[in-house]
Amino acid sequence: HLATSLPLPSERDHFRPRIDLIVFMIDIKSKYSLRNVEASLAHVDASFFLGKVCFLVTGVGRVNACSIETNAVCKLGETYCSPVLFCELELEGIRVVTAQRLLRMLQICAGHIPGVSALSFVSLMRNSDDD
Amino acid sequence: MDETVAEYIRRTVLKIPRDEIKTMLQKWGFLSEAQLQTLNFHQIKDNISQEVVQLCEENSADIKQAAILDIIYNHIYQNKRMWSVYQMKKSGEELEYFDITDFKKKFKGRLRSALKNVTITFKEYEDNAIWIRIAWGTPYKKPNQYKPSYVVYHSQTPYVFISASVLKSNLPLLCQALIVASNYHDIREMELRSHSLNSLKDIVFKRYSQNFQTYYPKPLQEGNVEPESADIRIVQENRSEKERIHRLNQEAFGGGPQPKLEFAQYRLETMFKSDPKMGVLDKREPFRCLVKFSSPHLLESLKSLAPAGMADAPLSPLLTCIPHKARNYFKIREKKGLFPESFVSP
Repeated sequence: HLATSLPLPSERDHFRPRIDLIVFMIDIKSKYSLRNVEASLAHVDASFFLGKVCFLVTGVGRVNACSIETNAVCKLGETYCSPVLFCELELEGIRVVTAQRLLRMLQICAGHIPGVSALSFVSLMRNSDDD
Repeated sequence: MDETVAEYIRRTVLKIPRDEIKTMLQKWGFLSEAQLQTLNFHQIKDNISQEVVQLCEENSADIKQAAILDIIYNHIYQNKRMWSVYQMKKSGEELEYFDITDFKKKFKGRLRSALKNVTITFKEYEDNAIWIRIAWGTPYKKPNQYKPSYVVYHSQTPYVFISASVLKSNLPLLCQALIVASNYHDIREMELRSHSLNSLKDIVFKRYSQNFQTYYPKPLQEGNVEPESADIRIVQENRSEKERIHRLNQEAFGGGPQPKLEFAQYRLETMFKSDPKMGVLDKREPFRCLVKFSSPHLLESLKSLAPAGMADAPLSPLLTCIPHKARNYFKIREKKGLFPESFVSP
């Protein structure tokens, strides 16, 4: 399901299946994109932040056009205990690999991989320096 | 043949891209087919142009023929020039039969009576467009062939498109000659400028697809919004919003391609509105500011703003009124009255 922002329109509530993974896409060329994601995060139920949220930063190939600092995004990831992925959608190879990673994460979040749950992502997020 | 004419022809040919030279010379029709056969179009342009000059020498070309070649070049590459639009007004309602010979005679007569040294050339095209090329001189100097003005006049309309040369001082004289020749009594410059002559014509002749107000709201056709050929497993959560934006966009811009403009300029003479406690700009003077939007294709990019999520729909009428009002230069002043809001000056 694609949406431009949260909350989702309520008129479609009965059409919607269970949501297993939320990927927030941030375009590194657009400050508006980051602000939109920050505003939308407020509408996400806390339970999603146990591994069912991920940040995808796009457009990183165009170094000259960056409007957002990677620090800001990484901080966002830390605050919400969610992984941050960087990719460049204009390159087909990276696009495909990123899609495969997200698909893998989705499989885990949906419970399709025995022995691994979304909570694993949270523990993987912990920086080894923290301890 | 005059040396200056030879040089002018040589330089004009040099401007033409090599692949186009043969076609353009054929359009010109001054050199015979036999002569054109003798030309080698595969050598460097310098040499081609020298050979062309040679042939023109044989045919004793004068500045009149050279000027026609120049018109042909500028007609094909019209988008290299910046065009302004002028509107003429008639005093009465008389529908006069337009006589091209009479027009040319009056035009030349008016210009020549004021300025002896001018080169005036006419060329008519199939779409009722009359192209006029004017090279300006002074009472003491011969006309400068390298800085001519071009005028495009559609005789069935009150509109004239002018690409003035750098010598703007001749503009009033040019305008006068136009109204005298075409039997109008006034001419004014419209606030409309662009490189694309055809787009300017589309705007003033109302040839672009406009949205007409209908009294029966059409049922929304879902096919318009996004091609359903995309994977049906992808669900757009904000479909109704996307459709609303699409509908508003259609109302504002119409369904077809937009005329091509490169910029819109808004000169603001409005009061600066700020928190009175901040005390910015104590003087109650209008805050002068110039806002300019530029784009390779301004109207198409404005049309794509809301669907791309970069602006809210509906767009400001200041932007969407550009083709309807036939202007891309605006002056915005304060509206004087009970409710001070900005308004667009005529």
